Amino acid sequence: MIALQMWLTVIAMGAVTFLTRLSFILAWGKFELPRAVRLALKYVPTAVLSAIILPELLRPGGGPLDASPFNARWVAGVVAALVAWRTRNTLLTIMTGLLVLWGWSALVHRPG
Amino acid sequence: MAMSNRSEFFAGIRAQVPILLGVTPFGMIYGVLAISAGLPTSLAQAMSAVVFAGSSQFIATNLFATGAPFVVILLTTFVVNLRHALYSASVAPYVSALPLRWKLAVAYLLTDEAYAVAILRYRAEGSEPVAGGHRASPHYYYLGTALALWATWQASTAVGIFLGAQVPASWGLDFALPITFIALVVPALKDRPSVLSAVVAGAVALAAYGWPYKLGLMAAALAGIATGLWAELLKLEAARS
Repeated sequence: MIALQMWLTVIAMGAVTFLTRLSFILAWGKFELPRAVRLALKYVPTAVLSAIILPELLRPGGGPLDASPFNARWVAGVVAALVAWRTRNTLLTIMTGLLVLWGWSALVHRPG
Repeated sequence: MAMSNRSEFFAGIRAQVPILLGVTPFGMIYGVLAISAGLPTSLAQAMSAVVFAGSSQFIATNLFATGAPFVVILLTTFVVNLRHALYSASVAPYVSALPLRWKLAVAYLLTDEAYAVAILRYRAEGSEPVAGGHRASPHYYYLGTALALWATWQASTAVGIFLGAQVPASWGLDFALPITFIALVVPALKDRPSVLSAVVAGAVALAAYGWPYKLGLMAAALAGIATGLWAELLKLEAARS
């Protein structure tokens, strides 16, 4: 591909991404949304974030499901979730999660 | 406690710091891959500023290397970034009273990471626009958190392009992103519909993780949102009867 073509492609990619991000922000208030859609928006953060988190914990590297204690990410994620639930402290949750990840991967190894 | 716009801005930056740990190696790897795929240095760097969306930049780099046609690259970008339309709808009610230049800025900076951190700040504030303008605005919090990510993404791309990726994978820094998201999402699971939406979204995401173009993530998000809505409508119905 020649350089000009590459540049045009990247600019068009930027436009597509920007318009996707702008879509509802710009359209909001221009027409009446059904009540169900407005109620549904409340669940966007919990749904999207959970959908990002769980595969990162349970299918590391895109592999098969691994919920064994030899999966340090899973163990660290569960501990972090418990800390977040009990304390609601973001920084403490993150520090605990990373420390458990490092400690667990150093200490616990898959047999064989 | 009253906060100035300035302190909101810095609070937004602070909230993004753990995520930046995970984003930095990711940006560096993008820089390295873009160069090895044959992109000119200037274009590899420009893509981080013009597109500013990690997953689609990785995929586009691959497509450039294989000489995929223009239309394929654009369609792929659109599909991979579809979830941003959900973020757009989710923040729209909070920014609807802002002037156009703010809306454009919010849209340009609307990434997974900025959205995850800022939406909870917006929720805490409520959607009512503040009359008089004496209260600090959560939009400065958004700007702080989103610009911190933007600057880190540009800088880490540059490091990857010019120095290569220097962070060993064994440090597990990429874990900083899911772990921060856990810290954000768990306290938001306050009622049964939220918990159900998270469980269903997580389960679908696990099953569909292998789908191309992040379509598994999109399907999981939609399934989770539909579940939350369904549970809430049932709850409303029960309260009425």
